[in-house]
Amino acid sequence: MSFSVTAPSPRTKLISGLIVGLYALVTLAPLLWIIATGFKSGQDSIHYPPKVLFEPTMEGYVNLFTTRTRIPSDQPPKDTTSMTWYEEIVYKKGEIIAEPSKYGERFLNSTVIGFGSTALCMFLGTIAAYAFSRFKVPLKDDLLFFILSTRMMPPIAVAIPIFLMFKNLGLNDTYFGMIMLYTAVNLSLSVWLLKGFMDEIPVEYEEAALIDGYTRFEAFIKVVLPQAITGIASTAIFCLIFAWNEYAFAVLLTSGDAQTAPPFIPTIIGVSGKDWPAVAAGATLFLVPVMVFTVLLRKHLLRGITFGAIRK
Amino acid sequence: MAEIEIKNLRKEFDEFVAVENSTFKVEDGEFFMLLGPSGCGKTTTLRMMAGLELPTSGQVLINGEDVSFKRARDRDIAFVFQMYALYPHLNVRQNLEYPLRSQGNPASLIHEKVAEVSKILKISHLLSSPVGRLSGGDRQRVALGRAIVRDPSAFFMDEPLGALDAEFREEMAEELRALHDRMGATTIYVTHDQLEAMQMGDKIVVMNHGVIEQFGAPQEIYDWPATKFVADFIGFPAMNFLPLGHHKVSVGNTFVAYKDYQIDVPACLEEFDGSLDVGVRPEHIRLSREPGGIPATVVASEYLGTTQIVSVEIDQAILKSRVSSTEEYSVGSSINLIFDYRSISLFDHSSGRALQSEGNREVLACG
Repeated sequence: MSFSVTAPSPRTKLISGLIVGLYALVTLAPLLWIIATGFKSGQDSIHYPPKVLFEPTMEGYVNLFTTRTRIPSDQPPKDTTSMTWYEEIVYKKGEIIAEPSKYGERFLNSTVIGFGSTALCMFLGTIAAYAFSRFKVPLKDDLLFFILSTRMMPPIAVAIPIFLMFKNLGLNDTYFGMIMLYTAVNLSLSVWLLKGFMDEIPVEYEEAALIDGYTRFEAFIKVVLPQAITGIASTAIFCLIFAWNEYAFAVLLTSGDAQTAPPFIPTIIGVSGKDWPAVAAGATLFLVPVMVFTVLLRKHLLRGITFGAIRK
Repeated sequence: MAEIEIKNLRKEFDEFVAVENSTFKVEDGEFFMLLGPSGCGKTTTLRMMAGLELPTSGQVLINGEDVSFKRARDRDIAFVFQMYALYPHLNVRQNLEYPLRSQGNPASLIHEKVAEVSKILKISHLLSSPVGRLSGGDRQRVALGRAIVRDPSAFFMDEPLGALDAEFREEMAEELRALHDRMGATTIYVTHDQLEAMQMGDKIVVMNHGVIEQFGAPQEIYDWPATKFVADFIGFPAMNFLPLGHHKVSVGNTFVAYKDYQIDVPACLEEFDGSLDVGVRPEHIRLSREPGGIPATVVASEYLGTTQIVSVEIDQAILKSRVSSTEEYSVGSSINLIFDYRSISLFDHSSGRALQSEGNREVLACG
């Protein structure tokens, strides 16, 4: 790493500030717009010109989690004071809640499949990377190239064979099938990334542990894993982001029990066509887990825990 | 307590032979040096003895038991690495506790042991610091502590002082030797520094290109090198070689001829007919202004306090002589060289082997 020796001039600071600000605007504006839309009413969301200032409402979130029917016109008016706040919102629009929507289930599916495949991928990736890094594996270079080669085309290019395979094996619309699929797609990346991190860990640590009375497996668990935690964390973030956001396979292979949130969100339809506030609310909530996960693991990304322990 | 023996130990990495069939024995309680230039196979030999590398063939015996293919953890040894290899995610105390925990010792014993060891090594005040913040010398102390805390039967050290600054190295070398004398455990120590080996070792094995060149006490190796490599590698400045060209010696000869001059040597014990070199240590060449001896020209002199190294030229060969600083030898002046005949070795020029003589008979017999 190199640092500039002189302090930056005010002009440099201004220019770099502008560049960063512009970049932040470009990346954050769509995100903020989605979050804002989630709190708009149906009319405000499609208002032209678009409204930046509006009266916030929970309508979108209520619609996201419910399916509703119109109140028949012959029904006598009800007393709104005995209603919960969300029933009241719906009632004011001339609807009543029929049942909870599928969003909760789909969100849970995404969580199980996303985190499940990430965990499996980390488990397999870590042990494979350790083996490639430390042991004499026959045809090591060829195997590594082969593993990487599975990433040389977009995974969706093999959608049709995978669809047929899933159909014949009965894996369509199952947790197991989706976890296996996302693990398979992510594994090459995680083996390569983790091998890089493992190579960085000096082999002397394990040798010291082996002599100090531990088995190879104990040395791996107690000495190598704590060193590799930075690499595992960053690789896990990559894997989770892919599995969480994946849309094309999810549309193709899931429709009911194991459907994830990405294919579900666009299907949220209100009484008068697309219910944009509900879609935006679904997208907003969908962002939260990955954001939390990334923020939690961020310190591992930044911390070099092996610093200074071995003199090079 | 351990007596360690290796028999015909050999290691190949694919095509490359790292260690040729090597055999030697380390007596119980010895401070044993494996000395040689980098890439000579000394570290590989040590790693095979420790169980970090499997031999291609041959045996490692600890107390008479064949452990060649036993796991490192079953050999009851401790290893000190050049780069310390302290566990970076643990602090000093946890590092010291680590080997004890693997044996499932009770907490009270672990605590006691760690306190004792840290007192011996004067690192008690560092117990709760993370290892990343320690100085090189302290890290090496912690690494030593981790080794001795378990009371192993033998210590294996791979250039433990190699990464230290010169001033620390001196200090740690003394501490190490003192620690060894106090504990009395067999220590096998790898180094490329011949001074370190001479200073600390009870016995030295000199290796080159995977082959053991010589095995013996420091003084024996210094005085009577078995090969030109050993003669050259040990001692500073190295041993001088004066090529005699084609020469014939027979049993009982007490001199060799250099041109018209005669060089006295210890009585020869073998027949030899071939290209011959005379080897003589710098301190065994006397410079004389009186007639007699072999004439040479002074080309340089280095002042080293009480002694000086005077380089002289004789027929394109440069010889170095260590003499007292009281005399002054001006560059370009003529001088006569007188060799101390008791300490001269003769070497076969082509193979580098030392010829047997009255002087080195006993030393070479055990190597």
